[in-house]
Amino acid sequence: MGRLSGFRVTLAQVFKPKVTEHYPKEKRPKPERFHGRHVLNRYEDGMEKCIGCELCAGVCPAKCIYVRGADNPPDAPVSPGERYGFVYEINYLRCIHCDLCVEACPTEAITESKLFEFSFTNREDAIYTRDELLVDDEGRARRQPWELWHGGEDDRTSAWMRATAPSGSAEFEGRVSWSGELGFGVRLGEKGQSEESSP
Amino acid sequence: MGMETIPHNFLTARLEDLVKWARRSSVWPATFGLACCAMEMMATGAAHYDLARYGMEVFRASPRQADLMVVAGRLSQKMAPVLRQVYDQMVEPKWVISMGVCASTGGMFNNYALVQGVDQIVPVDVYVPGCPPGPETLMHGILTLHEQIRSGPLLARREAGRGAGIQIEQRDGQSPSGLAVAARSA
Repeated sequence: MGRLSGFRVTLAQVFKPKVTEHYPKEKRPKPERFHGRHVLNRYEDGMEKCIGCELCAGVCPAKCIYVRGADNPPDAPVSPGERYGFVYEINYLRCIHCDLCVEACPTEAITESKLFEFSFTNREDAIYTRDELLVDDEGRARRQPWELWHGGEDDRTSAWMRATAPSGSAEFEGRVSWSGELGFGVRLGEKGQSEESSP
Repeated sequence: MGMETIPHNFLTARLEDLVKWARRSSVWPATFGLACCAMEMMATGAAHYDLARYGMEVFRASPRQADLMVVAGRLSQKMAPVLRQVYDQMVEPKWVISMGVCASTGGMFNNYALVQGVDQIVPVDVYVPGCPPGPETLMHGILTLHEQIRSGPLLARREAGRGAGIQIEQRDGQSPSGLAVAARSA
């Protein structure tokens, strides 16, 4: 028995439940506030939320956002404000997903999604432009060909900031301000951090 | 490998597929964890994500036995020659995954101490974004690399001493030729 006693640990492991997750086929559910890649949201009437104020680019610690605002064309406005972001680029080989851009955004135009599985063979692919970041006509994130996400993973991806919106102040917990949005519509505010942490 | 002399025909095409299949189902990574990304790389190798499913469970401490270098973390200027030496010691065929934004571009550390992207030092095949990339993102990068091995050329070699072909723009007055001119005039 002496030389077999070492296998006791091995044998005990055999009957334990398996923890391995078979990644490309199945995925672990993401937390509610996961920081994945960004989306640029739109209002329910299809207008873009981004007003080209460049606050996100200013606050970005990695300097990975490039925004240029332009005056809205009077006959076919893109956003309800005076200006809109006509260039919006995020370099995902610099973005550290700190969410400071989401907190800085005065109109909740940019939010982080839960979509995180992507990799590039080429540096140019890593720069997401406005066409790729903007949600589609139903308010869902556009899926890029190199991204791996299964159906339903983009649910509730936008506007997790609503618990503390606008601009991340705790006084705004549970209050809904700017949430008119395609696809997701007006949602209730999240409970907020203080309520979740209290027993 | 001795396959250079074989003419291409139906049989060697299937042989090529076989070699590619064998290569991509046993890509052994070299241990090159530089920072916090290495934690996620270890998590990828552990039970929950289990890189052994792709035949990658052995993280080789010796570059001679490794096929893949996962550069996990920020690369400082002092570490750069070491990285290049480890890469040069690996045998062909070899691949490089640049894991995380610091390895890919320097990330938020745009300063004098860090190399702004390891592709200035070694040719990179797959860039994995994230700070740090989770195990699932790293595995996505590994699957992208598998696809590249499957569809890429079999016998392509890296040119010796060549990076990813990126030319670093020198600021005015700092180009090597400019320095030479200044030295001559002084």
